[in-house]
Amino acid sequence: MEKERKDNNSKKIARRDIIKSLATVPLLGAVAYGALKTRKNWFLTRDISDVFQISGSEPMFLQPKPGGEQIRVGLIGFGIRGKQLMRAIGFAEPSYIDTLTEAKKNNPNDTRLDVFLEQDDLNVVVNGVCDIFDVYGETARLAGANINKQGTGGKPGPLPKRYRTYQELIAADDIDAVIIASPDHWHGTMAMDAARKGKHVYCEKPLTWTVPETYMLQKVIKDTGVVFQLGHQGRQTASYQRAAEIIKNNLLGHVNLIEVCTNRNSPNGAWVYDIIEGSGPQTIDWKQFEGDPDRIREYTDYMKSNGLERYMGPEERNRFSLERFFRWRCWWDYSTGLSGDLLTHEFDAVNQVMKLGIPASATSSGGVYFFKDGRTVPDVLQTVFEWPDRDLSMLYSATLASSRNRGKVFMGTDASMEVSDVLKIVADRNSQRYAEKISQGVITTDQPFFTYVPGQSNVDAVTSATELYFAQRGLLYTYVNGKRYDTTHLHMREWLECIRQGQTPSCNIDQAFEEAITAHMGTRAYLEGRTMYWDSDKKEIVRG
Amino acid sequence: MNYNYSKSQLTLLVILRVFIGWHFLYEGMVKVLNPGWSAKAYLMDSKGLFSQFFVNMSSNPGLMKYVDLLNEWALVAIGLGLILGCFARLSCIGGMLLLLLYTLSHPAIIGVKYMMPMEGSYFLIDKNLIELAALAVLFVFPTARIIGIDLLLYRVLPASFRKFII
Repeated sequence: MEKERKDNNSKKIARRDIIKSLATVPLLGAVAYGALKTRKNWFLTRDISDVFQISGSEPMFLQPKPGGEQIRVGLIGFGIRGKQLMRAIGFAEPSYIDTLTEAKKNNPNDTRLDVFLEQDDLNVVVNGVCDIFDVYGETARLAGANINKQGTGGKPGPLPKRYRTYQELIAADDIDAVIIASPDHWHGTMAMDAARKGKHVYCEKPLTWTVPETYMLQKVIKDTGVVFQLGHQGRQTASYQRAAEIIKNNLLGHVNLIEVCTNRNSPNGAWVYDIIEGSGPQTIDWKQFEGDPDRIREYTDYMKSNGLERYMGPEERNRFSLERFFRWRCWWDYSTGLSGDLLTHEFDAVNQVMKLGIPASATSSGGVYFFKDGRTVPDVLQTVFEWPDRDLSMLYSATLASSRNRGKVFMGTDASMEVSDVLKIVADRNSQRYAEKISQGVITTDQPFFTYVPGQSNVDAVTSATELYFAQRGLLYTYVNGKRYDTTHLHMREWLECIRQGQTPSCNIDQAFEEAITAHMGTRAYLEGRTMYWDSDKKEIVRG
Repeated sequence: MNYNYSKSQLTLLVILRVFIGWHFLYEGMVKVLNPGWSAKAYLMDSKGLFSQFFVNMSSNPGLMKYVDLLNEWALVAIGLGLILGCFARLSCIGGMLLLLLYTLSHPAIIGVKYMMPMEGSYFLIDKNLIELAALAVLFVFPTARIIGIDLLLYRVLPASFRKFII
């Protein structure tokens, strides 16, 4: 009897056991209720899609066409920027690879080597290089030959030819396109001459050194029809493309003031570059460095006819000087100062976002307030540009002796937007557009309600605390289809693809013309100490 | 069943199991229900000895899709397992594994600051590790065969499967 009961017990499942086994099931309902409620709450309190419409689309980049022909490139100028441009198209000098390899060995978090090695192959060959400093010229050859991206002792490809003058380089039959990374006073001349020889041109900013050459260059590029790209790689920054959409959708209200800045605080940032070993009158072709005679005449005419001799020199142009060769940005004799070197990046970004064109006027002030090393270009500069037709001003404010970071800020009646690699929007407490959301507490005005970090897809809701935290620290990198990219690489890739596909690059000659004239207005306003105006009918800079 | 728990021991062990299960399930469901959720930012912020592994993981979007999916649904499954007492000991092991990964990616070491601030002060032992230890306790003091679906499973499943339950 006892045994039978036991058997029954083990075979049949008693009701008691069922209760015991399912005792905790009702708890699931409670958790599910909590989760669903949380979700509903999250969407209710965060949804801003009725007042903030923006597409979630990924930034657009011109995609390479498969089977495109190889482009034969020539490089003019292998200084700091020339080296960077060569690396951006996949050619680094072996010593640079050594440096990156060593850096990675010492710090596994240093990914520069990997990023460089994984960079897309742009299907170009470097057939010629030109630099008037022997050390740079020879190193440029090594870079151009380094097709396998190896360090010292690697297996190079054929050495590109080194030309002593840029005129010889642009005359070469085995070169389709040139990259110009010379000092500012040579940009326009080299670009014009290259275009006349039918070469496509990638030219570093600023477009020109003198005002007259700006018009000539624009005409030559248009007449010859070569593919021209100016080196404002910010055109490829994903957040700038998103910013343009935000402006187009009028999400900031009436933008009436834009503030852009430069803040640096180091000798290098102030253009006091190293004097390179091996440099001297024997290894530098000073005659070529001096500049094109036509350009020098335009420069001298302008300076002298406006009583600006104090900004020229002070050394004679034909006198050899290592300081002037390596630190040429410090003297108007070769440079365009803060206006041409750094304001242009800021202006081009704003022009990309707001399509402002040339301003109606420019007023500047500043001086040499810190780097009293004999330079003639200011190290502190403020320039205010006006666009009365758009009812807005843009302030450029720069110092080379304080690194306090200030953003690129677009101030509107409904919100302000700060743009860098990421983008942040803060609602204005007096906004009409966001008034209801503000009063409901959905949007707060003391921190960004929208942030854009490349790759982020959630654009319909107020940015969460986590997203904001990371955006503020700029931790999220730019990825295109899952790959991290350097904007300079993307910018040069766009130029090369436009050559292959017969298209126009984003920073084409018209954009470049607007950039150059704007910078020249700022420079002239500083030099002459008075407001400069743009006569849009006559298309010339005039005085008030 | 050879465990002779007193009533209060059993009750408290079951409460502990349900609490931890509740925490896992809710964490999992919130992530599953939020379409934009990803562990990417969290992993990018990894510090300590193993940070490189987690940072590399976060920078691989193809892999992150699966990491996110696995993390979300593992949290849900472990939560369900613990609350219901269904494969409860397996759930304990799974839960400990997840918590170990969280701890390795965000160890509570001195001098390290994380993007997401911790709500308390920890040195080496943080709440993840305490929860991990609690799961270990539940593993050696199983209750699901007394209160939980494992009670039924043990009887229904063929003998070869029983080892997953005991």
